[in-house]
Amino acid sequence: MSGAAPARLPAYSFNFAYLDEQTKKMIRRAILKAVAIPGHQVPFASREMPLPYGWGTGGIQVTASILGADDVLKVIDQGADDTTNAINIRRLFEKTAGVRTTTRTAAATVIQTRHRIPEVPLRDGQILVFQVPIPEPLRWLEPKENETLKLHALEDYGLMHVHLYEDIATHGRIARSYDYPVLVHDRYVSSPSPIPKFDNPKLDRSPALLLFGAGREKRIYAIPPYTRVKSLDFDDHPFSIQRWDRACALCGARDSFLDEVVTDDRGNRMFVCSDSDYCEGRRGAAAPEAADD
Amino acid sequence: MYVAVKGGERAVANAERLLGEERRGDPEVPELSLAQIDQQLALAVDRVMTEGSLYDRALAALAIKQARGDLMEAIFLLRAYRTTLPRLGDAQPIDTGAMLLKRRVSATFKDVPGGQVLGPTFDYTHRLLDFRLAREAAAAPAAEPAPASAGAAAPRVADLLGREGLMEPATAREAEAVPDLTQEPLAFPAERALRLQNLARGDEGFLLALGYSTQRGYGNTHPFVGEIRAGVVAVEYVPPELGFAVEIAEISVTECDMVNQFKGSANAPPQFTRGYGLAFGLSERKAMALVDRALRARELGEDVGAPAQDQEFVLSHSDNVEASGFTQHLKLPHYVDFQAELHLVREMRADWERARHQTLTEAAE
Repeated sequence: MSGAAPARLPAYSFNFAYLDEQTKKMIRRAILKAVAIPGHQVPFASREMPLPYGWGTGGIQVTASILGADDVLKVIDQGADDTTNAINIRRLFEKTAGVRTTTRTAAATVIQTRHRIPEVPLRDGQILVFQVPIPEPLRWLEPKENETLKLHALEDYGLMHVHLYEDIATHGRIARSYDYPVLVHDRYVSSPSPIPKFDNPKLDRSPALLLFGAGREKRIYAIPPYTRVKSLDFDDHPFSIQRWDRACALCGARDSFLDEVVTDDRGNRMFVCSDSDYCEGRRGAAAPEAADD
Repeated sequence: MYVAVKGGERAVANAERLLGEERRGDPEVPELSLAQIDQQLALAVDRVMTEGSLYDRALAALAIKQARGDLMEAIFLLRAYRTTLPRLGDAQPIDTGAMLLKRRVSATFKDVPGGQVLGPTFDYTHRLLDFRLAREAAAAPAAEPAPASAGAAAPRVADLLGREGLMEPATAREAEAVPDLTQEPLAFPAERALRLQNLARGDEGFLLALGYSTQRGYGNTHPFVGEIRAGVVAVEYVPPELGFAVEIAEISVTECDMVNQFKGSANAPPQFTRGYGLAFGLSERKAMALVDRALRARELGEDVGAPAQDQEFVLSHSDNVEASGFTQHLKLPHYVDFQAELHLVREMRADWERARHQTLTEAAE
């Protein structure tokens, strides 16, 4: 309500990787705690980011806090480097951190991902950062935070087991195809983020450090390297992953997660690798080196 | 064909350029200045500052311009800027009792010390489109100057009731630092200071609807407007090297004290209880504090059952930057999850067909 015309606007510049150092320190503390208690969700004071909540702000904050000038960053969404959201997050770090980026899984030191784990096995020293929408695996069974905290503290996962059992009783199978709950280090039931259950086995004893960031829900959790991760199941209904009765139309892979592409309105489909780097690598295309920038 | 499915860097860059073009609109029409937005869309600026939780009219005006008038987008822009700002210290609590009043009404008493001041309100306007405003350069007739009596001391109405002991005392926080919602993750149960911060930043529409629900019986709080006051207050800060308070700014705020009946409990006599709301600028609808009072149900020993009384429900869903982001993320690629679901539905469908076929075959035999 002041009568004066708007004042001068401030000059605007960013710290390395956008976040200020105090915030990074706070997030690193949360990450350390998360690594010390595998699978446990650690609350952190999530910040507003220049990208919307729900679009990877948790992963972005984790990545921004661990990124150093020497790191090589890869960003994927749905397994691919060229999906719109992956491009946008990579652009953010190119703009604010100026780090080298790559599309090659093997060349990256930090990989931020939404909904996939790369097909190429990760190695020691790499960090995979997951974007997580709902970190609480029990949320769909019990919406109240106060209650789910108690269930985790008491290691009371009966609710989850009954839920999975009811699926079998009703549908003949566990009707969960992604975000399939896992037991981390024989203690915490955790959400692997909405990766397809196809990727769950890659979590088990992974040589890479796996960090999970949920910005809107303000939680960080971790699976340290070589930690045991078990997908929940029953002796008579063992966990199984998706299989396709066809190969990738581009590279012929039979061992990768396939995207279904609708090619016309007469029911024709083609199936291609969701992991674009894996597919290109197999085709021996010139793409990988050239795509580095 | 395969690449076309996957979007691309150029598409993202082009979309951003197209947005800039559309934002400007017809170049024949003069461009909006930030001063015009600040002065003539002042209530939009007030809302963006309140929910953006940053008091800066110029930046809020810029955000509104950049967001093409989409206030939620403008709030998001302001929040994303705010989060990068350094924190120099905590201001002293503002004294709304010493407010330079622009508006002050009470619905509980016909007259109160300091008087009733309508101020620039829509309340008693006839909502008829004023076609004179469509003509540019139409100068508004000047309002009569306030009588000399205005500016007399206007103590808060809730405090007047308090003297009689009929109003629960306002509990001041002593010494301990005020918690900060933006620096610590919210945990439940949340104390009132945190709840009020959350409500101040919360979406006006969401809080309006929740407040409304309490009036329709979902957690009735029997509210009266004890007082709404709007005007300018001083912001004071004690620099450590000085040790005394200095005024660093004047801000405009709207404060609302709701008065609610309370039948008393084992620990408290029957009395009136408070619901409180504060917002930047003239944001009266937002400040009307039905939800704060509803959220106090548990500590006052009332039944808790309605959505507006459930603090986890209210505080977890009030923020429109969070709500808008998560709702709109559904636009992002979900090819992988959807493929996994397709796979599952096809399998279950095959089971279903098999079972049905078997049933039909058995029936036929």
